[in-house]
Amino acid sequence: MFGLTAKNTRLLFLVIFLVAFAPFLMNPFPADSAMAQFNAGYPDLMQRFVIFGIFAIGFNILFGLTGYLSFGHAAFLGVGSYAGVWMFKLLGMNVIPAIAASVLVAGLLSVVIGYICLRRSGIYFSILTLAFAQMMFALAASVLTPITGGETGLTLSLSDPRILGAAAVDGNIPVPSFFGLEMRSTYELAVGGWSFSFNTGYYFCAIIMVLAFYASIRIFQSPFGLMLRAIKTNQTRLNYTGLNSRPYTLAAFVISGMYAGLAGGLMVAMDPLAGAERMFWTASGEVVIMTILGGAGTMIGPVLGAGAIKYMENIVSKINKAVLEQWFAFMPDGMEKAFVTVFDMFTGKGWHLTLGVVFMLVIIFLPGGLVEGGQRIKGLFSRKKAQDTPSDAAKTPAE
Amino acid sequence: MAILEIKNVGKRFGGLQALGDVNLSVAENTVHAIIGPNGAGKSTLLNCLVGKLIPDTGSVTFQGQSLLGRKPHEINQMGVSRVFQTPEIFADLTVMENIMIPCFAHRDGSFKMNAFAAVRGQGDIKDQAEAILDDVNMLEKRDMHAASLSRGDKRRLEMAMCLVQEPKLLLLDEPTAGMARADTNNTIDLLKEIKEKRDITMAIIEHDMHVVFSMAERITVLAQGTPLVEDTPDNIKGHPKVREAYLGEAQV
Repeated sequence: MFGLTAKNTRLLFLVIFLVAFAPFLMNPFPADSAMAQFNAGYPDLMQRFVIFGIFAIGFNILFGLTGYLSFGHAAFLGVGSYAGVWMFKLLGMNVIPAIAASVLVAGLLSVVIGYICLRRSGIYFSILTLAFAQMMFALAASVLTPITGGETGLTLSLSDPRILGAAAVDGNIPVPSFFGLEMRSTYELAVGGWSFSFNTGYYFCAIIMVLAFYASIRIFQSPFGLMLRAIKTNQTRLNYTGLNSRPYTLAAFVISGMYAGLAGGLMVAMDPLAGAERMFWTASGEVVIMTILGGAGTMIGPVLGAGAIKYMENIVSKINKAVLEQWFAFMPDGMEKAFVTVFDMFTGKGWHLTLGVVFMLVIIFLPGGLVEGGQRIKGLFSRKKAQDTPSDAAKTPAE
Repeated sequence: MAILEIKNVGKRFGGLQALGDVNLSVAENTVHAIIGPNGAGKSTLLNCLVGKLIPDTGSVTFQGQSLLGRKPHEINQMGVSRVFQTPEIFADLTVMENIMIPCFAHRDGSFKMNAFAAVRGQGDIKDQAEAILDDVNMLEKRDMHAASLSRGDKRRLEMAMCLVQEPKLLLLDEPTAGMARADTNNTIDLLKEIKEKRDITMAIIEHDMHVVFSMAERITVLAQGTPLVEDTPDNIKGHPKVREAYLGEAQV
């Protein structure tokens, strides 16, 4: 369906199902139960899931297919954010021009950076992209303060022109909207002890993510995608087969840069401020980790990786000492203290340690990422099934 | 008529004169072997033909057009394909995908941004790829990972990838290196079959005299970067200069 193979269509529907019902799936625990802090179904976090999902899907088109590891993709996200906020300042609070500008500006920047960095491959390419991203960060944080707001970030103000919309509504700065539909508006549904929030901004991002995911599947199964995979496995043969790898890698780089710009645009559409820290190299590293954790080169991996990391960042980091003490209150005094001290290293501010351990375990035991984990579980079940019902070939005696 | 003309080509790596004043012309529709001891400059010469190296002096023309300064992919698009000493294939892809890539290159040129077309939808490419796989007896291995093929099959696959582009000139760099005698004979048969079926010129660099003498119509002997002799196989066999270069025999 939609020009996809049966398997990829199933994958697309899986993603549609997950994002459509995320408000339920992410909130499995009643709001007043002790487990409620593991609920991730609040608008802010769900928006981040899908936005970083887009970022990782785009990154995967470059890294997963061509094998070129960019360490500067946050630069495109940041530039997209700035472009989006400027559209809010100049034109008005409709999100469409803002997002269009984000994608366009990030695309143009990635043409320039890609053209220069793709002259080298391997580690040299990574270092070049890292250098570029850090240059962009330094520019945004200091030199270009009039455009970027420097270290405080770029925010909206009442004195912005907003030539296509109202500069102020009731004396306040207007909020981003999609033709009047406010991104922040949320419908709360309370069922028994549960409470589910349906946020306009989340669904707006979710629809765009599904479209972005669909486009990425199309790229994966296209001749263009085949060439990108060929570049990853043997660039020498590709060149001696009459194909010019440079435009292919550049196109992949620009496409993934535009995905990053789209993610940046959506970030400011949800919360209209942009800061230079979004372009810092750790932000670039984060998308690399997301992609590898989920499974580089697989279609759904980056989405899973982005979800896993954002979940840990927001949920594990909220488990502080007080919560731990509550958990281990049933234990004898000394033991409780010991447990709290150990677990405290991995939770709260120490959530990076948990992320590190999970990342290492995945890389060592599941080199293909979370997707490989899923495949192995599936494999276990299908092997069991095959044993239960022996095939016809096994029944017929050997000659 | 000469399809490939090499004139006064010289190449120097630092203090080493790898090639000095090579003149060679390969006639159309022939099998031309280039032989010589290790370090004679055979591979350097080949690299000068495909755009990997640029000679310091001289000229290389293919069908009257200069090849110097052109990139490997441009030279390939002109109709020159190359088989490597160790098979260069897309190891992570399936056999079928390996074959489809040169089919796309042949049909669409060196770059085409067809990101929304499906590979499955390209019927002509699929037919073409299956036909050539059938030719080299690898059709039943179409869904195998190229990395898991045997060495002989990798070689066949690489040749099929070159042939599907219908090159005018096929350059073979030691196509039987490291092969068992049976595999070598299979490769010779395959190449002979190819030669019979198509209008194709082959230039072979080879160590194995069995291969050279069972295929070549013309032989050039390289030694220390310069052509020693060029002649028919029969005349080369007993040539004293060749024996000297190869075996270090004193002339009797």
